[in-house]
Amino acid sequence: MTSAAADFEALLREALAPVEPPADLAQRLELTLVNLTELAQEELEAWELPAMRDPRNWVRPVAAAVVGTTAGTALVLLRVRARHRARAAGSGSLRELAGRTLQDIAEETRRVLPDR
Amino acid sequence: MGDSDATTSKAELDARFTELYRAHLRDVYSYSYYRVGNHHDAEDLTEQTFLQAYRHFERALRESGGRPLRPWLIRIAHNLAANFYRDRSRKPESAIEDAGVISSVHTTESLVEGREELQSILAGVAQLPDDRREALIMRFALGMDNREIARALGRTDGATKVLLHRAIRQLEGIVAAPEESQA
Repeated sequence: MTSAAADFEALLREALAPVEPPADLAQRLELTLVNLTELAQEELEAWELPAMRDPRNWVRPVAAAVVGTTAGTALVLLRVRARHRARAAGSGSLRELAGRTLQDIAEETRRVLPDR
Repeated sequence: MGDSDATTSKAELDARFTELYRAHLRDVYSYSYYRVGNHHDAEDLTEQTFLQAYRHFERALRESGGRPLRPWLIRIAHNLAANFYRDRSRKPESAIEDAGVISSVHTTESLVEGREELQSILAGVAQLPDDRREALIMRFALGMDNREIARALGRTDGATKVLLHRAIRQLEGIVAAPEESQA
């Protein structure tokens, strides 16, 4: 390699320096991949049997059971919660809202965990 | 990878994925940023890349034969970036062109800002054909060697070496052209 070529490559290396991800992205991904698994697990463990007699309480433990097994599944919860919040603002019916949220959980779970 | 990998426990799998994520978050983000040209879309692309990677991680581990998984990860980002443009019917914005404008907070752009020669190189990179631009990003932003780049792009080692050589020569021509026309 000539020195001119080496100089040019050095400039190229400098111009295309690695880009540090924003801190909030790193934190968000880290949380998603690691901590929410534990959260979902804790949610499941904390759920007491008497509360399960009321069908209105089934959504959270079902979601926790679905997402509680692996770190990646926490993404399901995040995405469903985000859509749930958006939909809640425009929904006139709690029943419809709950139905769609459950459907979202199923769809996201299929998307995230097809091989598992 | 031995037979024991077939029975790798979920906990172990998750631990290995976390390791992969920590080791290569910056690589995936850098690649995404130079591909899509802005932080917002680069974040989306990075997140989607790791989500996809997680879905197929167990199989990738089995099939990797012990080779590093970074090329596989970058290939996922590469495919997602291609879909990103197709779905949104748009061309890449150039981080490269906008480098001095986008990101005063950014180390890279701060570095480039005020350095005309670096800015002209970045503008030149943006003019390269996609495969040449990607090869340069992988080599110089991510520090990947020929073999890794070949795996990420689905080419042979020889073809990758030629691709990189031609990319650099073409870029030198682009960068030199304005200077020659001014002389």
